[in-house]
Amino acid sequence: MRVIIAFLALIAAPLASPTLAQSSMPPAPYAYTQLDDPVLEAEATALMETLRCLKCQSQSIADSDAPMAGDMRHQVRSRLLAGESPDQVRDWLTQRYGDYVSYEPTVSATTWPLFAIPVLLLLIVGAVLLRRLGRRSSDSEMGA
Amino acid sequence: MIAELGHAALWLATALAVLQMVAGGLGLRAGNEAIVALARPAAVVQAFLATLSFLLLLYAFAITDLSIKLVATNSHSMKPFIYKLTGTWGNHEGSMLLWVAVLAISGGLLAGLERRLPEKTMSATLSVQGFVALGFYSFLLLSSNPFERLPVPAGEGSGLNPLLQDIGLAIHPPTLYIGYVGLSVAFSLCMGALITRQVTPDFAKVMRPWVLGAWVFLTFGITAGSYWAYYELGWGGWWFWDPVENASLMPWLAATALLHSVSVLAARDALRTWTIMLGVLAFSMSMLGTFLVRSGVITSVHAFAVDPERGSFILALLGLYIGGALVIFAMRAGYISEGKRFSATSREGALVFNNVMLSAILAIVLLGTLYPVFTEAFDVRVSVGPPYFNPAGAIFAIPMFMVMAVGPLLRWKDDKPARIQFETAMLAAIVIAVIALVAFFGSYDILPLLGLAFAAALGVASLLPLRGRKLSRVPTATWGMVMAHFGVAVALFGMASESAFTSERLAAVSPGGQEQVADWTIELQSVDPIAGPNWTAVEARIIATRGDGEGVLLTPQARNFWAPSQATSESALLTTWDGQLYAVIGDQAGVDANGNQRWQLRVWWKPFVTFIWYGGLLIAFGGVLSIVGRLQVDLKRRSVTRRGNERREDAAALAGETAPEPAE
Repeated sequence: MRVIIAFLALIAAPLASPTLAQSSMPPAPYAYTQLDDPVLEAEATALMETLRCLKCQSQSIADSDAPMAGDMRHQVRSRLLAGESPDQVRDWLTQRYGDYVSYEPTVSATTWPLFAIPVLLLLIVGAVLLRRLGRRSSDSEMGA
Repeated sequence: MIAELGHAALWLATALAVLQMVAGGLGLRAGNEAIVALARPAAVVQAFLATLSFLLLLYAFAITDLSIKLVATNSHSMKPFIYKLTGTWGNHEGSMLLWVAVLAISGGLLAGLERRLPEKTMSATLSVQGFVALGFYSFLLLSSNPFERLPVPAGEGSGLNPLLQDIGLAIHPPTLYIGYVGLSVAFSLCMGALITRQVTPDFAKVMRPWVLGAWVFLTFGITAGSYWAYYELGWGGWWFWDPVENASLMPWLAATALLHSVSVLAARDALRTWTIMLGVLAFSMSMLGTFLVRSGVITSVHAFAVDPERGSFILALLGLYIGGALVIFAMRAGYISEGKRFSATSREGALVFNNVMLSAILAIVLLGTLYPVFTEAFDVRVSVGPPYFNPAGAIFAIPMFMVMAVGPLLRWKDDKPARIQFETAMLAAIVIAVIALVAFFGSYDILPLLGLAFAAALGVASLLPLRGRKLSRVPTATWGMVMAHFGVAVALFGMASESAFTSERLAAVSPGGQEQVADWTIELQSVDPIAGPNWTAVEARIIATRGDGEGVLLTPQARNFWAPSQATSESALLTTWDGQLYAVIGDQAGVDANGNQRWQLRVWWKPFVTFIWYGGLLIAFGGVLSIVGRLQVDLKRRSVTRRGNERREDAAALAGETAPEPAE
């Protein structure tokens, strides 16, 4: 039941005005409470640090006092407690809110340059170093 | 009157920038000496006018002159005096005026003090500096006039973002701006040297203090900004790869590479094109940083300006300066050769390797910062955060740390790796031992583990250049290098330790309740309402006890500001030699079984987190030592040359002959 209530709160949060949400709605149980199992809590923290607080500016849900971040923290903790893996929770959130919610980009049609360019960069770095440092021993006495 | 005077001073400074640009430009041809001589005074007077303009705005904020639009929209008569002053640059127009004032002051200092460069190179440099200044004056006057009056004075100001009402605002932006803008001088010097084909060790010696100075301020500004975010935002984060943070990191990475490159040019007459390219890159990154923060293209806590017109103005300036620099570079590339050669296993080789690594890290940061902006233009929203930047940066940072450990031990020009095989083996052993030891005692992520290992190895390695030398005879500049490299190790240790060993405790506690975090016992005594000059708050009284030790009182607050209406949390920090206890009081959280009010409490124990900023300060201090060392050598050489000249003149006078030309 609690999950459903929190779920409703999660949907309602973006609709309510911030001040209203802050004053009248109590935070979901796991928004500011840790899980008892330290291993699960560590997993939750690691996951929360890589999820964007959608109502904030450049903050993860682990770093925000916004009501929506609290509700998302509750979601993360209660889902992990229910036995889901961190990846499943992340998938659930990205299905709901889009890729924007995850700070961990995955290779896709829109993000491939983020991965292709560093690989290209490695090649460029290798080529530059080879050119600058590689053949020096053979022509080291060529003029200045 | 104040506003009009400030505005007029700014226009006059703009006119002088035009004069400086034209007069300096004419210096490239012979026969214009009368006009060319005006370039230096134009730069100096300009510095005074821009400073005057900024001071007048500062005064308007100090007296809260509500007839000025900028003051009315960003200040408040009830604000504490210090925040009235710092609020001058806590907004778009004011911070750009500070930027421009710093730019004019650096130009003035360059024109007033620098006498070592050939006159032609100096003229070209001043001309470029005038051109850069002109662009930013126009930006300020045409799209962001800080002195605009309101038709009717406002009754009260709308106040300053409470997050900015902190001493951090007094330190972080000005130091960062001095760093950003100091790089403009490096840029102008590079252009001047390129145009007049004077990319020589002497030019590098002139440029080095500017690069070092800008770099020291950037380092200090970033360190201060990181600590400010850490204690002000209330969640204990010190770096989040936020676009605005990245905007300050990118010029720093470029300046770090430039700093090492310019030293090689000064000492060995090698890496000429590298130095010029990095000089262009460093200032480009400064301007890009300014663009990202000022245009509002990336909206975040820092980006108070959201206005596309300004964004496109800065973007046009950016394109003009970078494009212009690249054109000049292309035209002159054939004339400047690479300089003296060296082998891969030499100190130059190590410096080149790490310059390439720094540039690669810069490219990763640039990509991760700009890519989301780029996709957003096509309505695809992507987030790039720590899970991307950390591993992608580490790919290049790890080889960089390895080379950084052994590089200073290598000789210039050519060296045999076998000569330092003992040191290399010892450092490798330290890395392996630390990894094995830490991994034995707990399971940690790979990056913090590597961070701890490299921090230990780098810490030892940074001191090795002192081995076998008489410490009293080690040059000050070498101490600077040792200090800065040791600072990198210290900061790395702090970062790795914070991310591996932090313990967190979140709980709803009623007064009298106790919580445990690491080996600390936290007892909430009471929660009381208090009031400040422009806020009300609840303040928690918390007793923190470590083991059986003495209890220490911590008083975190949850503040509510009323102009503008916003809540902030004031964290309470307890610093010990081995870390920091970080406590925050949150909202009310219902009542406990006995009907007592409960409060959300967040407490972290962060082992050695302070080392991050100690490291940053050490790095900056290393830079200061290096400047002092260079100045000492320079002054000594000047006085030796002068005395030598006097002696020769005396001898010549005695012999009744003309003195021979001095060798230098």
